[in-house]
Amino acid sequence: MSTAAWRNAINAGAGRLAMGKVVVAPLQEAKPRAIQNPVRLHHVVVLAALLVFPWVASPFVTFQIGAQSLALGLIALSLTFLGGYGGMISLAQMTVAGIAGYMVGIFGTSGTAEISLGWPWWLGVALALAIATLAGAFIGWLSVRTEGIYTIMITLAVGVAFYYLCLQNYSVFNVFQGFQQVHPPKLFGINWRDPLPFYHLVLFWSLAGYFFVKYLLRAPFGIALQGIRDNPRRMNALGFHVTAHRVAAYAVAGFIAAVGGVLLVWYNGLITPNSAGTSWLINILIIAVLGGMRHPMGPFIGAIVFVLLQTFAIDLIDRERFNLVIGGVFLAIVLFSPDGLLGLWAALQARFTRRSGFSTPIGGIR
Amino acid sequence: MSKFWKWFWGLVLVVPLAAFAIWAIWDNTKLFFITLLNGLTLSSLYFIVASGFTLVFGLMRNVNLAHGSLYLLGGYTGYFVAEATGYFVLALAAGFLAAALVGLAMQVSIFRFMPGQDLRQTMVTIGLSIIIADLLIWGIGATVHQMSAPDWLAGPLRDLPVITAYSKYRMALLPLGILIGVLLWLFLNRTRVGMMIRAGVDDRAMLAATGVNVNMVFAVTFAIGAGLAGFGGVIGAVELSMVPGEDVRLLLASLIVVIVGGMGSVTGAGVGAIILGTAETYGLAYAPTYSVVFTFVILVLVLAFRPRGILGRPA
Repeated sequence: MSTAAWRNAINAGAGRLAMGKVVVAPLQEAKPRAIQNPVRLHHVVVLAALLVFPWVASPFVTFQIGAQSLALGLIALSLTFLGGYGGMISLAQMTVAGIAGYMVGIFGTSGTAEISLGWPWWLGVALALAIATLAGAFIGWLSVRTEGIYTIMITLAVGVAFYYLCLQNYSVFNVFQGFQQVHPPKLFGINWRDPLPFYHLVLFWSLAGYFFVKYLLRAPFGIALQGIRDNPRRMNALGFHVTAHRVAAYAVAGFIAAVGGVLLVWYNGLITPNSAGTSWLINILIIAVLGGMRHPMGPFIGAIVFVLLQTFAIDLIDRERFNLVIGGVFLAIVLFSPDGLLGLWAALQARFTRRSGFSTPIGGIR
Repeated sequence: MSKFWKWFWGLVLVVPLAAFAIWAIWDNTKLFFITLLNGLTLSSLYFIVASGFTLVFGLMRNVNLAHGSLYLLGGYTGYFVAEATGYFVLALAAGFLAAALVGLAMQVSIFRFMPGQDLRQTMVTIGLSIIIADLLIWGIGATVHQMSAPDWLAGPLRDLPVITAYSKYRMALLPLGILIGVLLWLFLNRTRVGMMIRAGVDDRAMLAATGVNVNMVFAVTFAIGAGLAGFGGVIGAVELSMVPGEDVRLLLASLIVVIVGGMGSVTGAGVGAIILGTAETYGLAYAPTYSVVFTFVILVLVLAFRPRGILGRPA
């Protein structure tokens, strides 16, 4: 039996096993069909839509809605990976993204010439990714020392502490002004800040992140991580190093968030303490929960809804009341559909196809 | 950990702190002691707010991230009551009651329908905190509201040794913090409801099995915990100021106090509050741009050596 066939067999078994239990494995593993025939119609449709979208939509929509949703979705994807598959809800993912953004501003070029070192962009980005990944792993190491509900408290405390550090510190983080004019480099004669190139840049990395997470979830590491989520003691007894696995998951999530953070700082063109402030820490959670934490697609759907609400809430109601809308939507989702919009979709599907003996799964957040 | 290592780490912590204290006293005695008093009075406020947080957490495993919003709500209520009636004591009572009622409403209308779902409850509190914060901005505005101390606590306390003068109001916070601590201790250790709460912290299922109406105990605890946040809000409205954003600051303080002190322990909240309050004030006085780093270092050290907090016990 080849490795791939063996892995498929294991996964199919895992899916079947999970169906019978209350804790249901993620959607794609509950359907072994998806593994046998990985490319399906809706994949093609979504990919085509993503590629056609910038040519149809106006530059404003491409940049403001398309690129922003994808960048935010990538950061939220890191939280979905941690929360949905590792069972660790970290509120500090935006902090990791913020650290990456700050590092791009510090090592690269920005409007604040006194602090920015002005190193070549590739070096700055590489250092930013490395430092942010390390920071993510460090936050993970801190928070995995305690379990479950404590994680959310510790990561929130770390995130808010970082926000206050940026706000207070002159010499490195340039207090409340942060770094302005942090732009992507001009490469191959293309200005990557223009809507069309930037959209494709973000799309590329979002797809890369999406498929990376999808791959990882089927790899032994991902399977073990889901095992740890469901029963850490049993995994420990099986000889897995639970703490090391969790910290590694934080490092992986940190890297994904860091990539998203670099893209986001290029999108905004600036980074300030508020970019990693409490409201953004929580917004990432909102995005992840809104979409649903049971599939890597969830954060991107959540991000699109979030950005659309953010952009068009002004037309519906007062601009200032955006928080009320997003808070209300989040509350409604948490109260009535803990699996987010994907869960809502699955519930509707289940209702119309009337599959007997298969109750709506309650995975994800509980 | 062997005795040697305990001594070793104790010395590693104590020696630099003692060295700093000696240097600071020698350098500027007055500044050092005023900072100490400032730190302790801030600790008192932190303790009052965080003890409510830890009480709710200990019993219900509910991380109430709307605690900061309740603080702000209590503060605003106190502000308007004091403005209307002119009595500070009434303002304190109103702040406590307003937050307690909102907390009670949260418990009765939402949390009792999702028992045991810690994470979902926490997410609900996040949603509520966003909504309450925005409603407060909508209704009251984002301007700074500063409440003045009552007449009998206004002005400085004069003719003190070393520091010469100190704000009466701030000085009064020290005994108030101790009083609240003692009252909480008496309530938890000497009353029937307190006994039930303690039993619930240890084993909720067992408490329910003995025939106690657990929902009732939860509701009382939640009301008291939220009320303490509101009470702290009124105190903070004078000591600090009321402005959107303070809710996050006090939430962060509560989180760190509770993580450092040990989750679910009221005594731990006292220890954590003193550590955080003094560290923060000394940081601001002696190294302003890095003060939050000290807070963070404390958090890291405690988590590294005592993951459950200084006085924490296994859940």
